Amino acid sequence: MTQKTRDDQTLKWVGTRPIRPDGVEKVTGRARYGADFARPDMLWAKVLRSPHAHARIRSIDVREALALDGVKAIVTGDDLPEIASEQAFVGEEPTDYRMMSQNVLARGKVGYVGHAIAAVAATTSAVAEEALGLIEVDYEILPHVLDAVSAIAPDAPLVHDDLCDRKGEKKAPSNIANEVEMGHGDPEAAFASADFVIDRSFTTQAVHQGYIEPHACLAEAGPDGQVTIWCSSQGQFMIRGYTAKLLGLDLAQVRVVPAEIGGGFGGKTTVYLEPLAVALSQRSGRPVKMVMSREEVFRATGPASASRIRVKIGATRAGNFVAGEAWLDYEAGAFPGSSVAAGSMTIFAPYAFEHARSHGRDILVNKPKSAAYRAPGAPMAAFAVESVVDDLARQLEIDPIDLRLQNAAQEGVQSSFGPRYKRIGFVETLEAAQAHPHYDAPLKANQGRGVAAGMWFNAGLQSSAAVMVNADGSISVISGNPDIGGSRASLAMMAAEEFGIAYEKVGVRIGDTASVGYNDVTGGSRVTLATGKMVVEASRQVIAQLCERAAKVWDVDVERVQWADGKATVPDDDTIKPLGLAEIATGAGRTGGPIQASASGSVRGVGMSFAVHLCDVEVDPETGKVDVIRYTAFQDAGRAIHPSYVEGQIQGGAVQGIGWALNEAYVFDESGRLENPGFLDYRMPVASDLPMIDAVIIEVANPDHPYGVRGVGEAPIVPPIPAVANAVRAATGVRFSDLPLSPPRVLDALDPAS
Amino acid sequence: MEYAAPRSLDEAIGLLSQVGVDARPMAGGTDLLVQLRTGTRRPKLLVDLKQIPGLCGIDCGSQGFRIGAAVSGAEIGECLPLREAWPGVVEATELIGSTQIQGRASLGGNLCNASPAADSVPALIAAGAVCTVIGPGGRREVPVEEVVRGPGETTLSEAEIVVDFRLPQPQEGTGDAYQRMIPRTEMDIAIVGAGVSLRLAESGECLACRVALGAVAARPIRVDAAAEALIDRRPDAAALGELAAQASAAADPIDDKRGTRAYRSRVAGVLARRAAEMALRRAGPRRVAGSPAS
Amino acid sequence: MSKRHVTTTIDGESREFLCEDEQTLLDVLRDVLMKTGTKEGCGTGDCGACSVMLDSRLVCSCLMLAAEAEGRVIETVEGMAEGDRLHPLQQHFLEEAALQCGVCTPGFLVAAQALLARNPDPSEREVRFWLAGNLCRCTGYDKIIRAVLAAAAEMRGADA
Repeated sequence: MTQKTRDDQTLKWVGTRPIRPDGVEKVTGRARYGADFARPDMLWAKVLRSPHAHARIRSIDVREALALDGVKAIVTGDDLPEIASEQAFVGEEPTDYRMMSQNVLARGKVGYVGHAIAAVAATTSAVAEEALGLIEVDYEILPHVLDAVSAIAPDAPLVHDDLCDRKGEKKAPSNIANEVEMGHGDPEAAFASADFVIDRSFTTQAVHQGYIEPHACLAEAGPDGQVTIWCSSQGQFMIRGYTAKLLGLDLAQVRVVPAEIGGGFGGKTTVYLEPLAVALSQRSGRPVKMVMSREEVFRATGPASASRIRVKIGATRAGNFVAGEAWLDYEAGAFPGSSVAAGSMTIFAPYAFEHARSHGRDILVNKPKSAAYRAPGAPMAAFAVESVVDDLARQLEIDPIDLRLQNAAQEGVQSSFGPRYKRIGFVETLEAAQAHPHYDAPLKANQGRGVAAGMWFNAGLQSSAAVMVNADGSISVISGNPDIGGSRASLAMMAAEEFGIAYEKVGVRIGDTASVGYNDVTGGSRVTLATGKMVVEASRQVIAQLCERAAKVWDVDVERVQWADGKATVPDDDTIKPLGLAEIATGAGRTGGPIQASASGSVRGVGMSFAVHLCDVEVDPETGKVDVIRYTAFQDAGRAIHPSYVEGQIQGGAVQGIGWALNEAYVFDESGRLENPGFLDYRMPVASDLPMIDAVIIEVANPDHPYGVRGVGEAPIVPPIPAVANAVRAATGVRFSDLPLSPPRVLDALDPAS
Repeated sequence: MEYAAPRSLDEAIGLLSQVGVDARPMAGGTDLLVQLRTGTRRPKLLVDLKQIPGLCGIDCGSQGFRIGAAVSGAEIGECLPLREAWPGVVEATELIGSTQIQGRASLGGNLCNASPAADSVPALIAAGAVCTVIGPGGRREVPVEEVVRGPGETTLSEAEIVVDFRLPQPQEGTGDAYQRMIPRTEMDIAIVGAGVSLRLAESGECLACRVALGAVAARPIRVDAAAEALIDRRPDAAALGELAAQASAAADPIDDKRGTRAYRSRVAGVLARRAAEMALRRAGPRRVAGSPAS
Repeated sequence: MSKRHVTTTIDGESREFLCEDEQTLLDVLRDVLMKTGTKEGCGTGDCGACSVMLDSRLVCSCLMLAAEAEGRVIETVEGMAEGDRLHPLQQHFLEEAALQCGVCTPGFLVAAQALLARNPDPSEREVRFWLAGNLCRCTGYDKIIRAVLAAAAEMRGADA
């Protein structure tokens, strides 16, 4: 059997825009999300949460709550096993199991307002709610710390008394949970040879992923110890792994059935409710359902870290970047594990620096534990570095895209985070932006245009997929990754392409943890890339089997059989009539039984995706209000399997970034209580805030993927913040270094007299 | 909590009197049900006013308009004669929440929820709206600016209900407008709101003017000093500048998560001026018929 | 206290249910009648995921007591398609890839249907403002707006 190469001429499905396989059920309301499951005799559970930012728990008295009619079980921290410190194996931000367990249910002390203290299961949610009010917690209130600057002051209260491991060394306990450093060359010395050096500091606030579906799950623990969990997450295997670990269960005892997921953006790569629901089900002997309120989502899940970043870049008069150095402090929240390492890796990644270094610190504060959010750590780093690059362009009087082109990372360049780049499409993406009519379009008074770039890695990680030939010649694909934005379609398209059959003949299902091999989370822009690669591999194995079966039927040497357009043929003998997929499948019982294959692997050799965004804003000089009036986003997708969903990722990421730039921010009062735990005052962009977002796909094939795919989901949130800030700089002459660019901040900067 | 949907005013007032402070009247419920959910209010009885004929419907007559206190924003927006006469009031009402909220939210609820930032209230004050209040003590007419006492608190007595709002037919040369500042384009609570209603003589001189501000004090306020900047004068740039300065000076806002004191004071002037400018355009001799673009 | 008995019409079917007075229409749709097509994103009227039609008026079902549904006509996303024939809005949401995760989609569809019933030829700006109460975090709204405009055009053509 020979394999054909995939070039544009032979592709039938890749690059087209078919309707997604799960589309109809999602437009008719039949798709089932996390909160859409029910079981007979089900209980409802609610969580008691800390009203204090930092306090020791002296005692918890649940007797009165347990006595309430309808209450069936209560769990507190004492009911969960103590977990040894151990690094978690999947997810997007580093996590330690011991800390994860303490975040799921406080032990001994609470670290933020909203920290879970106890969970109650009752016959109705109203009874569970009432019972929460009957639990008596005796707190010893401790001094708290709410920002990274205060947290590293010498006399700061310690969020954890015993955290002293940093860079593998024991040090005195402090709120610096971790430090990272990376880069090459000697920036400090090199700055001396620069004609211009810009050194500036930036701050950003915590922001939430803002998925519309709150966390929800349903768990049922049987008397035999078997546990089933129905829930929405970015990984059924992640939920299984974390829940089993936190409760001391064997993985084989736990089955997780993935619901449709109503948005995640990194925020559903960990557990909050599932271990509680299982523990309550074990104690009550009944299924237990839990659904967070929006307020709980804001207070106790996410967010992305607040940050303080200092960036220093030196350049020659001719515009060559000589050296870059950056210092990044990210708030981890009450447990270690911000995205500062990724921020430190990406901050100089788009550019070729002879000397580059970044220093990152993971800082504990009494706020909710940060979680991954789309290109974790990169947007705030890009805000800092791309603002400085914009200022350099202005100072050097060089076109900002020319300056970026002049210093752009490309194949062979040593990246600031270590490896040398393979084939990447940053230059092509910059060139596309520069050539686009948007770049030269005229602007009116009070309007300005900003440009910014950004990159994000593609995670490879572990993936599995199964491909089965059905008796009628249709193909079933089972993936182990929740479909968060159309990946069923891209997997089906690649399978259809491999088999040379109609897209409609391929069914894609997301399997539960007992029906498909292990998969890491849907995250890191990896599903179409890595799980897609496994679908392609499994399909090719199945095709090899199909050719063998045909060879058996014809009694010819299998080497002579070729697979094309859904048929096995013998090209060197036109007397042999080709055998179609359905014919081979129907006869499979006589040629060796069912035909199927699965593929698993740790996917390596992944691409990088680069994005360049153009943003026009109009600033109201009397109110400070910034309106985005035109936006064009360019991105190297390697190859767009389903261009509509690639565009969708680009548009959605851009708008999340616009929200982050303009109005989204966690607002805490002095006691550490979040003041805006709802969509009314946590201001995500609404439809009327925005223009159309033009998405321009650039295709510089990833040499390590069978179809050239690069993961596209995350890079588009990296450039928007600096693109907006640079546009506001152009419109107003003011460089903003602090987010968000809300009307009061902008007006205050335009006319400080007010 | 119990729910009751009386069919008559007497029945409603009876229920409210009987249960006292633990009862809460409800019109659209778009604020109240949120307060229930977040635990801000925990009434024992909700008295739904939407089945009471006196609180429903809009009457348009030669003497003016009667708008039932429980009429939804969507219905108000569809009443073309009202929009023609008092576009500022209608537009302010339409700014209350989303399309979905408009399907339920009412003028009575917006007023009696007693938020300093209620969008319809400055526009109603500027337009000189009067509401009919009926309670166990009988019926009284109350200017809208006298209803709100402070955040979440009204001047109404126990079991009193706002039944309707009355607006006159505007005299020749009248124009009104409402402007608000929010960080987004929709879905926010006003950081500042400004309503202006004025009347121009044929000479172009301003004969009458009322200015009201929202979200810059403990309750929506009428700012006569700002209005006086225009009255008996030609509304030129200098007069409008003074109106803005007076509006800013009258603002006594707080710093909160939505905006700073300095910002609110300054923008109060800007919005008062912009509302006045729009009202002036509308007051011009040949008012364009039909509904303006939203 | 015993439960309240409510008679109503939902998606063209006459329905009766029992509820507590404090339950919202959304609670009853999802947890009593098991009509989970209507979603809860916030419970406070800020996201539009629970949008339904109440006597032909667009409302948030989280901001309405179930008891208020007595004698009323309610339409949800589950009643939009006629059998297996999708409503043009549903079809165009699929064709334009106007959904990614899809959890906001039911609310958008119901809200957009309400718009087109009033205004068969809305401008982009009118669509954006009408749908401002429906939050979507995945799409940046672009493809949603295009889908609504495309459906409107098709429906105008069909009516002509």
